[in-house]
Amino acid sequence: MKLTKEQVEKLAHLARLEFTEEQKESMLNDMDNILGFVEKINGLNLEGIDPLIYMSDEVNVLRKDEVKQETSKDDALKNAPSKDTDYFKVPKIINRGEE
Amino acid sequence: MEDILKNYEPVIGLEIHVQLNTLSKAYSSDATEYGAMPNTQVNMISLGHPGTLPRVNEKVIEYAVRLGIACNCTIRERNEYARKNYFYADLPKGYQITQDTTPICNGGYVEIKDADGKDKKIHLTRIHMEEDSGKSIHDIDPFNTLIDLNRAGVPLLEIVSEPEFRNGQEAYNYLAEMRKLVRYLDISDGNMEEGSLRCDVNISVRPVGREKFGTKVEVKNMNSFRNVQKAIDYEIKRQVELIESGGEVVQQTRTFDAARGSTMVLRAKEDAHDYRYFPEPDLQPVIVREDYISRVKDNLPPLPKELFNKYRELGLNEYDASLLTESKEVALYFENLISHTGNYKAAANWIMGPVKSYLNDKAMHIEAFPITAEKIAQLIEMVDAGKVSNSAASGEMFRALIENPDQDPATLAKEMNLIQESDAGALMEHVHAALAKYPEKVEEYKAGKKGLLGLFMGEVMKLSGGKADPKVASKLVQQELEKQQ
Amino acid sequence: MAFNTLTEVQEQLREGKLTCSALVEEHLKRIEENQHLNAFLEVFAHDARSRATVIDQKIKRGSSGKLAGMIIGIKDNICFKGHKVSASSRILEDFTSLYSSTVVDRLLNEDAIIIGRLNCDEFAMGSANEFSAFGPVKNPLDNTKVTGGSSGGSAAAVAAGLCHVALGSDTGGSIRQPASFCGVVGLKPTYGRVSRHGLIAFASSFDQIGPFATSVEDAALIYEVMAGADEYDSTASQREVEKTDFSATSDKPMRIAFLKDALTDPSLDAEIRERTQELISQLQEKGHTVEGVSFPWMDYMVPVYYILTTAEASSNLARYDGIHYGQRSEKATDLESTYKLSRTEGFGDEVKRRILLGTFVLSSGYYDAYYGKAQKARRVVKEETEKILADYDLILSPTSPHTAFELGKKQLDPTVMYLEDIFTVQANICGNPAVSLPLGKHSNGMPFGIHLMGRAWDEKTLLEFSAQLMNNN
Repeated sequence: MKLTKEQVEKLAHLARLEFTEEQKESMLNDMDNILGFVEKINGLNLEGIDPLIYMSDEVNVLRKDEVKQETSKDDALKNAPSKDTDYFKVPKIINRGEE
Repeated sequence: MEDILKNYEPVIGLEIHVQLNTLSKAYSSDATEYGAMPNTQVNMISLGHPGTLPRVNEKVIEYAVRLGIACNCTIRERNEYARKNYFYADLPKGYQITQDTTPICNGGYVEIKDADGKDKKIHLTRIHMEEDSGKSIHDIDPFNTLIDLNRAGVPLLEIVSEPEFRNGQEAYNYLAEMRKLVRYLDISDGNMEEGSLRCDVNISVRPVGREKFGTKVEVKNMNSFRNVQKAIDYEIKRQVELIESGGEVVQQTRTFDAARGSTMVLRAKEDAHDYRYFPEPDLQPVIVREDYISRVKDNLPPLPKELFNKYRELGLNEYDASLLTESKEVALYFENLISHTGNYKAAANWIMGPVKSYLNDKAMHIEAFPITAEKIAQLIEMVDAGKVSNSAASGEMFRALIENPDQDPATLAKEMNLIQESDAGALMEHVHAALAKYPEKVEEYKAGKKGLLGLFMGEVMKLSGGKADPKVASKLVQQELEKQQ
Repeated sequence: MAFNTLTEVQEQLREGKLTCSALVEEHLKRIEENQHLNAFLEVFAHDARSRATVIDQKIKRGSSGKLAGMIIGIKDNICFKGHKVSASSRILEDFTSLYSSTVVDRLLNEDAIIIGRLNCDEFAMGSANEFSAFGPVKNPLDNTKVTGGSSGGSAAAVAAGLCHVALGSDTGGSIRQPASFCGVVGLKPTYGRVSRHGLIAFASSFDQIGPFATSVEDAALIYEVMAGADEYDSTASQREVEKTDFSATSDKPMRIAFLKDALTDPSLDAEIRERTQELISQLQEKGHTVEGVSFPWMDYMVPVYYILTTAEASSNLARYDGIHYGQRSEKATDLESTYKLSRTEGFGDEVKRRILLGTFVLSSGYYDAYYGKAQKARRVVKEETEKILADYDLILSPTSPHTAFELGKKQLDPTVMYLEDIFTVQANICGNPAVSLPLGKHSNGMPFGIHLMGRAWDEKTLLEFSAQLMNNN
């Protein structure tokens, strides 16, 4: 299938990526090639086949409800691009999203 | 307005998120305690650091099964996890690990009272396991949002009801019942103010008799049961008014403004997320078998409904049984109490009388109540045996035990000189003296004025220094009076 | 100071003829001399030197671990506590890991020395190591050629003797293909054998960590130390890790299959085809049964691979958002721009392409047609492969359709690069263990690998036969 520019823009937004007009054209082109390539699987008859989801056959891999302190507050904040002594900081959100 | 409303049927469903009180998080071993300093209860897994993988907390499964059993749900055998993908500042991985097509519980119901006090079953669609997000704080720093990830990864159960509510009162009752249930099951504090119980509402209205549902509106951000009730009642009116005036209800997400008592638009439908759910590849399936469910069932604490029925069978009325099962802690105390005495009615009266008054006075919870159930039971026995009067027991003795809970009631009664005289021989003297004091009244009594019994009783009580057992004394006085016929 | 196996090194260490400190200095020197290869992104010189001193003491006391004397490089997507790790991406350029991956812990416990982190394709997405944000890696055998990818730095480092053994990761061939291009041994264990805790995730149900080495014996040793159950990875198997035994010379005749469709694939270089057929004849002469089998699903494997891995990757890479760690764009003014600018500036083009594709195949309305279908196709490929391996011990093929190609070849069509994986993806789709053995030398001077895939959990058979093959050639 061929994607439209609007679809690429929507996907970019879903993935929080931004493209210039030129890059959008290029991405559109790439996506055309890629989709054309992956659509080969439409040649398969997959009637009545169950999807393969788990590559490991383990079940009930569970952990005891015990507290282990593995990371200090300073370590947690160590790699933060913007922070104060206690919090991660993000430039002000104007529109309240998910609560 | 009332009449117009009668023409419409509100169709309301509630989605409750219950925060579980496990020690560690849903998918990592960091702590979950409420109120910790920011970003002190995190680890590299809940921070979503590169290369980290989730690990399922076994307690979450147990708690979900407890709730499922208590709500009469079908418990799923093969459970899988899914990723719900979206971007938000308090969601470190950029996805939430939840359950999509395989919720751990399906069906089930919760019993409530409707707005008229009649019994009503609210059916559940499903209950599933997921994780909480962190907290975004918008109002401390004017230029930045501050993020605290302590809450990120705390386990949640999402409980989705069928759209069977018809008004705010029912929703309130359901929330109260759910809160009671999770506290009884000891899986959550169920505290809306602290955020351990949250509620979103889906409301639509349709003209009575029409099958097709109206457009659904979602209402979020209500922080108390009362506000949920108010929001629902407001929203029903708003939608009806809108339709009546020729408008159309728009599918949207609204928030409740507690100060104004009204709902307002938060998000239009166009901003709806595409969550791109897919099976979580980092977690293996969890198989919940019959024997596990049986074990959980056997270890369940008694539930409010069970205890309520039990107390009714013991002869308590609905009001008493209901009050006693309102809180798990009170019920447990009562259970303890009636294991030491067979006088259930007296036990109930003690709890709802002197004990409750004291607790209310001191704004105290029954867990902090100083007198043991055994001692209360002893007081009841002493009153029943006539050793002390009820007023002495629930008055002076009660107060004395509060002061000094280690005292033995029998000893205390003696020390306080409250032991009633119930020995007939000892009392006979006083009875004779009393009758001898009022010979004319004896004649009047014999002539028919039975009310004069009180006069003789009063004299016997005076002569015995208040210690005469009124029941025994009364019987003796009457016997003597008969003899003198 | 060239040694073929760790055994030789350890003998010298025991006899006092060699010290770990000397080994470290030697390797640091080689790394310095080979900087033009751009294999190492960072050298942990100070660390390695201190460790060497400690381990030399332990050797003297006779209390050293199994891997004492082994100098190891780790791919830049494997976490090492207190050290930078970037997945060769700008978005993690200054990120320091708070913890070590399970594999690093296990290797360090046996006294291995980790000498540095190795260049790779960004987030392990690529087949030439030309998609690294920090420049391509040059093939040590011919500096004008690529190393293959995504674990290009790891393959090059071992080929150039910059470290004894290197760790890579393999999602669609990222260990085996560069091993083939650089003339070394590369092993991908069964999915679930080696813990992924601490491996920066690309595709969760495909990724596995594995070793590069110059001998099968060393690869096996590293694999055995790393493999086994891990409470931090729920997908890791509880199964016992069977020890390989290279001392026993087995005359047992093997049953080996080769995919007829692979050998007739038009993209396969003629010389590689010939050499493979030659090897088949040699094996038959030795008494092994080597037979061609049909596998009509060849054309579907790479598409299935790309649909599933990009879907998982689009989700795994959502955490790189400029909020809690990693690079944040200086131009960000609010939450939305923090995401968009940081991610757009931080990710390379190939990563963005794959994220877009992955987002698409999971999106509302397309899930069933793409992702759902690919999951079903995966089951078909796995079941059909298992049918073959029920009848045969191993499946043999060339590792790659050709030898290392030239650096800097611009591709207009990204899918051309995808076909690099044609022989290797099957092992990742099915989860089976597989190895590339440097058994070929092309007339163009470059090496190429022969690929063997075994039954799930049967690394023992795979490795023991591989050692035999290598030693007889």
